[in-house]
Amino acid sequence: MSSNLFKLVGRTVLAGGALAAMVATGPAIAKDTINVGIASFLTGPAAGPFGVPGRNGAELVIDAINAGTLPAPYAKAGFAGAKMNPIFVDESGGNAKQVGEYRNLVEKRGVDAVLGYISSGTCMAITPVAEELKKLTVLSVCGTPRVFEESNRTYVFRTQAHAVGDSIAAARYVLDKFKDQKGYTGINQNYAWGQDSYKFFDITMKKLAADTKASDNPQFPKIFAGQYGTEISTLSLDPAKLVHTSFWGGDIEAFVLQALVRGFFKDKQVISSVGGSAVDSLGKKFPDGVVMGTRGEYGLLVRNKDEPLNKWFVNEYKKRYNAYPLGPSYQYASSVLAYKIAMDAAAEKAGGFPTQDQTMAALKGLSWQSFGGKVSLSLADGHQAVHPVGYGITKWDKDKKEPSVSDVKFYAPGCIYAPAGQKSADWLAAGMPGAKC
Amino acid sequence: MQLITTMLLDGLSYASYLFIVSVGLTIIFGVMKILNVAHGAFYAWGAYAAAYAIGLAADNDWPDWSGFVLIFVAAILVGIVLGTIIERLILRKMYHEEEVLIVLATFGIFLILEDVILLVFGVNPYFAYQPMALLGSVKMGGIIRDVYSLTLFGLAILVAFGCWYGLNRTKWGKLLSVVIFDREISLAMGINVQMVYLVTFILGATLGALGGAYIAPTISVAPGFGIDVIVLSFAVVVIGGMGSIPGALIGSLMVGILRAIAVHKFPEFELFVVFGVMAAVLMIRPEGLFAPEKARRI
Amino acid sequence: MVSMAWNDKTIRWAIIGFALLAAAGWLLPTWILNNVMFGLARGLAVLGLLVLWRTGLVSFGHALYFGLGAYAVALLEKYGGVTDVFLKFGAAIIVAGVFGFLLGFVLRNYRAIFFAMLSLAFSMVLYGVLVKMEVLGSTDGFSVTQNTILGWKPDGKYPLFCFIVLTCVIALSAVQLYLKSALGHLTTAIRDNELRVEYLGYSVARAIHVKYLASACLAGAAGGAMAMALGQVDPDSMVNWTVSGELVFITIMSGAGSVVAPFIGAIVFEFIRTYAFELAPQAWQLIVGGTLLAIIFFLPGGIWSLLEKPWAKGEADNG
Repeated sequence: MSSNLFKLVGRTVLAGGALAAMVATGPAIAKDTINVGIASFLTGPAAGPFGVPGRNGAELVIDAINAGTLPAPYAKAGFAGAKMNPIFVDESGGNAKQVGEYRNLVEKRGVDAVLGYISSGTCMAITPVAEELKKLTVLSVCGTPRVFEESNRTYVFRTQAHAVGDSIAAARYVLDKFKDQKGYTGINQNYAWGQDSYKFFDITMKKLAADTKASDNPQFPKIFAGQYGTEISTLSLDPAKLVHTSFWGGDIEAFVLQALVRGFFKDKQVISSVGGSAVDSLGKKFPDGVVMGTRGEYGLLVRNKDEPLNKWFVNEYKKRYNAYPLGPSYQYASSVLAYKIAMDAAAEKAGGFPTQDQTMAALKGLSWQSFGGKVSLSLADGHQAVHPVGYGITKWDKDKKEPSVSDVKFYAPGCIYAPAGQKSADWLAAGMPGAKC
Repeated sequence: MQLITTMLLDGLSYASYLFIVSVGLTIIFGVMKILNVAHGAFYAWGAYAAAYAIGLAADNDWPDWSGFVLIFVAAILVGIVLGTIIERLILRKMYHEEEVLIVLATFGIFLILEDVILLVFGVNPYFAYQPMALLGSVKMGGIIRDVYSLTLFGLAILVAFGCWYGLNRTKWGKLLSVVIFDREISLAMGINVQMVYLVTFILGATLGALGGAYIAPTISVAPGFGIDVIVLSFAVVVIGGMGSIPGALIGSLMVGILRAIAVHKFPEFELFVVFGVMAAVLMIRPEGLFAPEKARRI
Repeated sequence: MVSMAWNDKTIRWAIIGFALLAAAGWLLPTWILNNVMFGLARGLAVLGLLVLWRTGLVSFGHALYFGLGAYAVALLEKYGGVTDVFLKFGAAIIVAGVFGFLLGFVLRNYRAIFFAMLSLAFSMVLYGVLVKMEVLGSTDGFSVTQNTILGWKPDGKYPLFCFIVLTCVIALSAVQLYLKSALGHLTTAIRDNELRVEYLGYSVARAIHVKYLASACLAGAAGGAMAMALGQVDPDSMVNWTVSGELVFITIMSGAGSVVAPFIGAIVFEFIRTYAFELAPQAWQLIVGGTLLAIIFFLPGGIWSLLEKPWAKGEADNG
């Protein structure tokens, strides 16, 4: 009969067995190279403004660390002496696909760690899988607080503060600068990031200024929808003057272009929590007077900050990629740096190449000087970062022919994040007790 | 009242966009009986070509109005090049195959063209806002609107009239009707059906590309935005009746206005209304609201 | 019944093959195990499409049932706290089956492109609802993390793998027996000439309804299995029209020659995609699309047509 079929099955079994033997891993032995998966959007609408700048930031810093050319105090070459071989993978295609790809990274390509991820959706999806596969994973950009507030994590860290701070800082900035505006609405993407961003902005406004009026028709278009004509009409009809948006990537660019020509920015005060990439990509086309955040000490807001690490990062990035580093470039670079610091510290403590557990122990609660400023993993039992979050007002600099920001104000972590152990929503609902601003 | 005007204007503007995008799809289906999934790729290619050309023009300090010319040039070029390649190399070999195989082949073409865009144009977004900025804005019904989106309405009328005129008042149109009516008899009568198919496909592709090219100035032209367009234009075409140009007009109007109402009043139902109507129409009148008369063959 | 199944050559060899596969699962590295598991899960939906295809019907909306099954599993776990694999899997089949039964009354009257389009419309309605509703997870979807088998919480994926292998064998055998039954033989008859079937005294509409229900249940089972194997559901990778397109693609790639073909085709597809993604992260769609065109042009009978010859020869030897 079908002996062929049998042969086929037999061969598969043999090949499988051989492969199984190959991937079996031993205890931590000193390594020359480590393989690390780095996920960001390489295709789709988020690739240009987010994924690729993020990837570039990681690449720049990895190369510098491998070569030992990072400025002090990080001049020691390598990750615990090993060179990192980054495996860049694409984050687009939906959550289920990303979960499959994450499994492939860990189980097929045997990476030592996974860094990156931009979308809150992807982060939520891969976090449980990272825990299941027991693989150290450092999230770089995504913002939803649900990742760590829904349950405790062991293997997952995030070197970026969560969305609550962006929303609280936005509300505080607005109340500070535009006291006479009493009504607000919003346009946010209909997924974890957009929903959370507006929800927390909304609660903070209600808590801090009881006389403000929330719109009853905030907009939540689908992510990457691209056309917002109808939504802009809806917002225009709304009497509220303040418009909060957490749009990012191609969506903020499209929204700005479509709104701009309709005089939207003359009529409304727009607060963008993460539109920094559009300020650069649209250049002088980008309207003046928009309240702009970068989700931390990144990009536009710290472009001229006079600190050696920041200057090194901005200069080297410009030299290599012929553009300013954007928020995601900083965020990815920061994850890579945190991983290096933890590896080095763990190696020193263990007196040899560290195991994953030793690296994680070193990463837990880590506090380090990153490229834009100081970052501390102080929430969620040392897994979730906090850092200052700031806003400024956009202005096109005619002389230098590049975008600039004025009235920059940063809010300290103690002002915008719930203390360790408290859920953000509960803390906000209680009126942010103990906030130090 | 203001709300109603706004919804109507938003709806009309979206409907015009939908019509321009989907009329090419319905023409190709009407003549060739091909449900062309690659239509979304024509749309994306049109947008990229236009945005690239307009960006180049801006860099070389061409006047802003040149953008309007470039939009059409880009659409026609994309239509001719992609349309010819696909029809001659792939579809022509498949006309005897089952419908579903042809649909799948166009799905394969769509996947390939999506990635070729990435290889050719890279991942960075393209902007071509000059034509939209040039036309400025106007206050209508209490809110400010951009004139560019209003010109979509004019373009839709132009396209609709062009199609009607071409089909009903020219020799080519008569030929087309004959081929639609009966392919075999046309062949027997010595009509060059292959040529008719090629021209139809190029025309459909050009219209798809025109949709993308004309919308390019209003968006950030970035990879992957052709996917949603396909099902949207499927919905429009199915509602109106596959192969019917007036049908595509009615389908666009229904979808455009219902969507505008949903966004203003029931945002959760934005997508639901589009496909809900599509399903409802298929259930009540499977041939669509304006199905072309079926020829009775003896 | 059992002996009847065992007497069928296809079923007999499929059982042996799948038993070997389950045994091989012990030795396979996890990533292969996972991809085979995903392939088998998707293969169930493709088997459903095969039943319809033999009748000449192609659904461009089977992601509806795939998604319903997947979301049934995820929602049951999320809001009901149910973790048992049998319960979740059963729910997936029942939910898909109920919808398939109801929509079947409408769809059984449709043929060709209208059948395809109406299926697409229904699936996109579900997509539209899921994407826009926050309680249903909007674009994010949900994680599916807890899988227990009758109260036992296994370590690793192997038990789930065996469960899915077992499901596939049962589904495949049932479909094979059905296709060999009188009702099943109507399948090709309907494709060839509906009128004659009616004259023979059979209700074509009812026959199609049965097939549609069966294929909906299979797709629901597939979605449920996929959700459990993958650990995640979301509208773009499970309900969008591209998912339906992929399922039809795998059906064509597998070939309609045998009830075993869908599983082989789906596993091959899973590996093509994995490697395309690994080799060319920015051009994997190009590879998948190219494969699709190549199959259509150079291998119209699908992968099964490659295996069919040795199979037929084996039969002759046996004879």
